[in-house]
Amino acid sequence: MSVERTYKEINERIKAGKAVVLTAEEVIGKVREQGISRTAKEVDVVTTGTFSPMCSSGVFLNFGHTKPRMRMSKVWLNNVSAYAGIAAVDAFLGATELPEQDPANSDYPGEFRYGGGHVIEDLVAGKAVNLKATSYGTDCYPRTELETTITLEKINEAILFNPRNAYQNYNCAVNLTERTIYTYMGALKPNLGNASYSTSGQLSPLLKDPYFKTIGIGTRIFLGGGIGYVAWNGTQHFPGFMKDKEGKDLTASGGTLAVIGDLKQMSSRWLVGTSYLGYGATLTVGIGLPIPILNEEILEYAAKSDEELYAPIVDYGDAYPNLKSMDLGYASYAQLKTGSIKVRGQEVPTSPVSSYVRAREIAATLKNWIQKGEFLLGEPSQLLPGPEQGLKGKSLT
Amino acid sequence: MAPEKIVLRFSAETVKQPIIYSLAKEYDLVANILKASINPHQEGTMVLELTGERYEEGIRFLKQQGITVHPLAQEVRRNEEKCTHCGNCTAHCPTRALSIERPSMEVKFNEDECILCLMCVKICPVHAMEVKI
Repeated sequence: MSVERTYKEINERIKAGKAVVLTAEEVIGKVREQGISRTAKEVDVVTTGTFSPMCSSGVFLNFGHTKPRMRMSKVWLNNVSAYAGIAAVDAFLGATELPEQDPANSDYPGEFRYGGGHVIEDLVAGKAVNLKATSYGTDCYPRTELETTITLEKINEAILFNPRNAYQNYNCAVNLTERTIYTYMGALKPNLGNASYSTSGQLSPLLKDPYFKTIGIGTRIFLGGGIGYVAWNGTQHFPGFMKDKEGKDLTASGGTLAVIGDLKQMSSRWLVGTSYLGYGATLTVGIGLPIPILNEEILEYAAKSDEELYAPIVDYGDAYPNLKSMDLGYASYAQLKTGSIKVRGQEVPTSPVSSYVRAREIAATLKNWIQKGEFLLGEPSQLLPGPEQGLKGKSLT
Repeated sequence: MAPEKIVLRFSAETVKQPIIYSLAKEYDLVANILKASINPHQEGTMVLELTGERYEEGIRFLKQQGITVHPLAQEVRRNEEKCTHCGNCTAHCPTRALSIERPSMEVKFNEDECILCLMCVKICPVHAMEVKI
């Protein structure tokens, strides 16, 4: 009889301090050693982690009211504009927003040393941040100008809300042109000079539950060092499978998460302002998901190793920017992690943009929280759409 | 005139040019090569002392050839607090002073191998590589 568990049963075991939790790295060895059935009987939860630049991130802030009151139509934090086209003293600060008068790429490649992601890091680190606001003034909100200093502690709310995070899988970026290019995957040297990849492979949350059998609205997660939740599917959530030459499923790709959490609980170790030369500013976000081992099938996917997970190799010199299709093949995460892959018969050195070291630390931290009974699993109110729904991206004309 | 210590960076395309010969013959400059290396991808780095009346012209010539020139820094340091071990720098370090240790995937910085080319300072997404001039 193969094992079946419910969220309730797992949470009871967590509360009793009896839950067996392994990281997504540890479970691979366990399954190799003793097989799926025995491991599924023993293990309640597998924890995952990723620590990667995630541009679609930001924070909703409520500053509290001034005397006299002000509606705040335009808001800047450390000279970085936040969107204030919502209610009085609310604003949304996005990770990729640049300071006013930033030279951007006018002196190519631009440095992008500071941006919205860096403001978020400063806030989380408890640093004082300059707040400037203007308004047209109304009878109920007469004040028209404000300049002051805030800290995370002093404001009412700071809610991290990231509309597209934790990409299930990601391109391995190369450059087939004859000049160095500057991308969100880092600098890419000409003529296949290097290859840049992301995701933590065998530790990556959405690669370990490719059919979205456990991840949904309300899944409780590690977010930025605190506790957060899956709020919805991410934007551009088009889960599917890349196919091998025989047309068989190779590796899941296309899924994304929208996540939410209280910034006040988080830490600047897990939310880091980030700059890509010639590209822009962003935020590196730490995310970890627990995968409840409800049955053997869920474990089978959660135990996939770097040897079994592949990333597509994509030319960022022409094919990617011009939305052209070009088949450069796939590389397994095991190959990518050796430091070298073969593309068109050429040896190409690889380097990551996401930190495997920190991803491992996230999975271990989440495991520790669950073992100590501090973190219970959140049963999703509704699972996210899986590959069977056939969601596909639209393009603009 | 005191010699200037500078770092030159060559791409695979510019690495084969006989630039020391040109600096001496065309610009009458004295070059003392302190360090030079070419990595497996044919990218070169050279640290040299350069002296002569026509120094500025010589530098202009180097830049026109597509060679990157900047003053020699004293030291490049890694801010251990800031480094997230993403590994993005390792593709751009010409001497592998920055490298990934396997299987831990931690980024190691071997300062003895560093030739102060400053690529990592430009590339590091979290500004963990710092320079002392």
